[in-house]
Amino acid sequence: MADAALKQPAATGTEPVLKAHDLARYFDVSPPFLNRVIEGAPRQILKAVDGVSFEIQKGRTFSLVGESGCGKSTVARLVVGLYTPTRGALQFEGQNIAGLTRKQMVPIRRKMQMIFQDPYASLNPRWRVVDIIAEPLRFFDLTSGEAATQKRVGELLSFVGLSPKDGLKYPHEFSGGQRQRISIARALATRPRFLICDEPTSALDVSVQAQILNLMKELQRELGLTYLFISHNLAVVYHMSDDVGVMYLGKLVEVAPARTLFVKPRHPYTKLLLDTIPDLDMKGEERAPVAGEVPNPINPPSGCTFHPRCPFANDRCRAEIPQPIAMPDGAKVACHGVEEGRIPA
Amino acid sequence: MAIQSDTKPLLEVKNLRIEFPTRRGVLTAVDDISFDIMPGEVLGVVGESGAGKSLTGAAVIGLLEPPGRIAAGSISLEGQRIDNLPYEKMRQIRGRKIGAIFQDPLTSLNPLYSIGRQLVETIQTHTDMSESQARRRAVELLADVGIPAPERRVDQYPHQFSGGMRQRVVIALALAVNPKLVIADEPTTALDVSIQAQILDLIRKLCKERNVGVIIITHDMGVIAETADRVAVMYAGRIAEIGPVRDVIKHAKHPYTHGLMGSIPTIGHDTEKLTQIDGSMPRLTDIPRGCAFNPRCPKAFDKCFVDRPELIQVEQTRAACWLYEKEAVHG
Amino acid sequence: MTDSTDDIIVTRSLWFRFADGLRRFFDGDVFYSFRHSPVIMVAFAVTVLYFLLAFLAPWVAPHNTYDVMTLNLMDGFKPPVWEAGGDPRFLLGTDDQGRDVLSTIMFGARVSLTVGFLSVLLAMVLGIVLGMVAGYVGGKTDAIIMRIADVQLSFPAILIVLLIDGFTRSVLPRGVHEQLALVVLVLSIAFANWVQFARTVRGSCLVEKNKEYVQAARVIGLHPALIMLRHVLPNVMGPILVIATLGLASAVLTEATLSFLGVGVPPTEPSLGTLINVGSDYLFSGSWWITIFPGAALAVLVLAVNLLGDWLRDALNPKLR
Repeated sequence: MADAALKQPAATGTEPVLKAHDLARYFDVSPPFLNRVIEGAPRQILKAVDGVSFEIQKGRTFSLVGESGCGKSTVARLVVGLYTPTRGALQFEGQNIAGLTRKQMVPIRRKMQMIFQDPYASLNPRWRVVDIIAEPLRFFDLTSGEAATQKRVGELLSFVGLSPKDGLKYPHEFSGGQRQRISIARALATRPRFLICDEPTSALDVSVQAQILNLMKELQRELGLTYLFISHNLAVVYHMSDDVGVMYLGKLVEVAPARTLFVKPRHPYTKLLLDTIPDLDMKGEERAPVAGEVPNPINPPSGCTFHPRCPFANDRCRAEIPQPIAMPDGAKVACHGVEEGRIPA
Repeated sequence: MAIQSDTKPLLEVKNLRIEFPTRRGVLTAVDDISFDIMPGEVLGVVGESGAGKSLTGAAVIGLLEPPGRIAAGSISLEGQRIDNLPYEKMRQIRGRKIGAIFQDPLTSLNPLYSIGRQLVETIQTHTDMSESQARRRAVELLADVGIPAPERRVDQYPHQFSGGMRQRVVIALALAVNPKLVIADEPTTALDVSIQAQILDLIRKLCKERNVGVIIITHDMGVIAETADRVAVMYAGRIAEIGPVRDVIKHAKHPYTHGLMGSIPTIGHDTEKLTQIDGSMPRLTDIPRGCAFNPRCPKAFDKCFVDRPELIQVEQTRAACWLYEKEAVHG
Repeated sequence: MTDSTDDIIVTRSLWFRFADGLRRFFDGDVFYSFRHSPVIMVAFAVTVLYFLLAFLAPWVAPHNTYDVMTLNLMDGFKPPVWEAGGDPRFLLGTDDQGRDVLSTIMFGARVSLTVGFLSVLLAMVLGIVLGMVAGYVGGKTDAIIMRIADVQLSFPAILIVLLIDGFTRSVLPRGVHEQLALVVLVLSIAFANWVQFARTVRGSCLVEKNKEYVQAARVIGLHPALIMLRHVLPNVMGPILVIATLGLASAVLTEATLSFLGVGVPPTEPSLGTLINVGSDYLFSGSWWITIFPGAALAVLVLAVNLLGDWLRDALNPKLR
């Protein structure tokens, strides 16, 4: 891993790399025009992300955790510009990036890359690995000449623990973990500072997951990378993160430093999530069974969307949408119960 | 066996070998594995993708997809061989004695029929209940699996149920005719974490109550820790280690199990680096000679590259590893 | 590390890529499936033979039927060689004008295959472009293109071709139309067949576009047209190839139908359809060979190409493999 060429100055200061304010993205999931006219079916709007604010500090890992449909992957795609936000502001290194055109985004894309979930779908099956990794190099014209490109691809491959010779092969000749390494090499090709990782290990076997998580931590240390890490696996999030945001139905219900969140969860939903973690220490503790399921996000419950599953819900929770409240230890919680002190914090 | 019991095993799998003839030669996906299950016992079969765990389950239910075939060994349910039965006979046994729960509840339910009709049909095919008796039984079953207002919901269609509720319906279907054995292949993988625990608790509770043997096939050690009594860890078509869950998880003997446990991040346990097992599971086309784990094993020595280890009793568990050879001979 | 990077540079050489591609093909599942189905090997051989005979017709045909000087009306209505009165110079007999039936079939197949091949090629290009634009851009563009396709699909292909043909006939002066007849035919058959390509491409495009490798290309910042060309197109080529093969058979049939009806190719350049049409006049006067042989030739060609297309669909579909 002694690759001086790839190294960047270590993280300094607490200047935020990414700032999201009141970020929202709605999807029109209405039935087709003809159905709406003939059947009188109404327009349906899915509020995948609805007013999310957070900051990511340089050199740190911010994780978004939540169940499927909570909008965490949509946030990742908003940040990287695959979706344009319906509302809200997004700043990368002090520059507004919400709603930029493709051309305007190009210089920013160099500094911001993404690692995807499915290593079987994220590499073009008809391309050789060398061409896959060289694509960003060629697009940004980062190397002078073909020989330099090849050399750089070789470096990147060794950097992620593969051999430069592997560049000759096609993706199908690799295992899931190796493909994820190729995906990481491609993301690192432009020497980005910020990586968005959308469930990078959830399609991998556990022993391979450990390899990839270790690699990602090493890369962060060596290159001073900042991560936005998306996962549904709380143990992985605990292992990787400095700060964690818990999402439920398009909203952030709790944001806190990882150690605070896992030791002292405040929002009832965070508590519920922590209760579901399987106990590998075999202490034989009986867990409180969790009731209910995530409601349909097209018609979310009124007020606090968690109220139908919340043991502490009252009339205010059913009527009024809670706003994030800052706690003394740096946590932010959107819960009336915590605000009023009804829920033991 | 680790579990001491007077009763006979419910299911006995002996030297099972599953092969896939391909154009590049015959691949052995499951190679000479043996295990058994007592009535009411929950056996977890855990392994990474390609370990052969799902094929083992499919072979027991008799739903091995061609060209896969059982090439050797035997599977016996309550003392009767079931691996060599004609299709029709096996279908009856599958209906009456073995229930199945799969990963995606939508594939187990017919979207065109109400769940009541599917339950009633299943019950009537395998028992001689009348229509109204079967319907009463269906409502009871739905209540048992924790579906609220079963009298009303029995006439609804699968798409009217949420993911977790659908999986409950599938469990009701699997238990409809009081099977002796239930095979659950990744029963919670498609579900959200908060529902996962509910479903696992339900499977475990219902099967214990009814003295049903269960095989839970999963890639997730967490699922095993939650539900199983005993666990078989599979690697490259073989059982690497088998024993009581507690012993396997807390005091793994096989280097693979040991590495696997270390590679799972745990909350409250701060490490910069997870234990990692380098490399990945070999493809079926090039399984190494000797112990299949030898290229990734930190403790491999000469013998591991030459001879294939069989399961050896080590304390409470049995592990297929040459490290324990001496103990077996002398201790 | 230096020497291994050199190895990577080797892959850039065109020759290496070609040789490696060839090796991968012969090692691949498609070739394996080909080698293990005798029917398909026969169908393939038959198709290749047709193409060879058709395109080499001026050199390999026993007689040049376009050369009026070599024709002799005295040779007319000669039955095939094995019938009484057969002439060893004319293996499959002669037609009313004394042309060798075998040679007319070769020249006819030449016209039929040219029209079929070109119209499929044109339909394919049109369909790919429109299908990709519809699939990738989506929204209103997609709606407009696909509604046009739907309308077009509700007319039978033959009707569309007849309409276009009739239209050009009335617009263009007679002489010009004669000259352009082949072009009009190719254009109109292509226009009647692009929808199938467009629909398939759009469908595959919708699937591929949501795959993460396309999103990865978008994250790099590539222009959408470049993404479609470099990433999406190679991955939707499989189904296109299948439709193109089956489309060739149906285009040849459409052309034959039109020529049989007398609105296709000009009589000076007879295709298989024209031959069948001409011969059908003499069917009941006992000269069956004039129409039966071209008919059989057409049937065998279409059958072989269809078999190939069906096989290709199965061979390229990983689920059925």
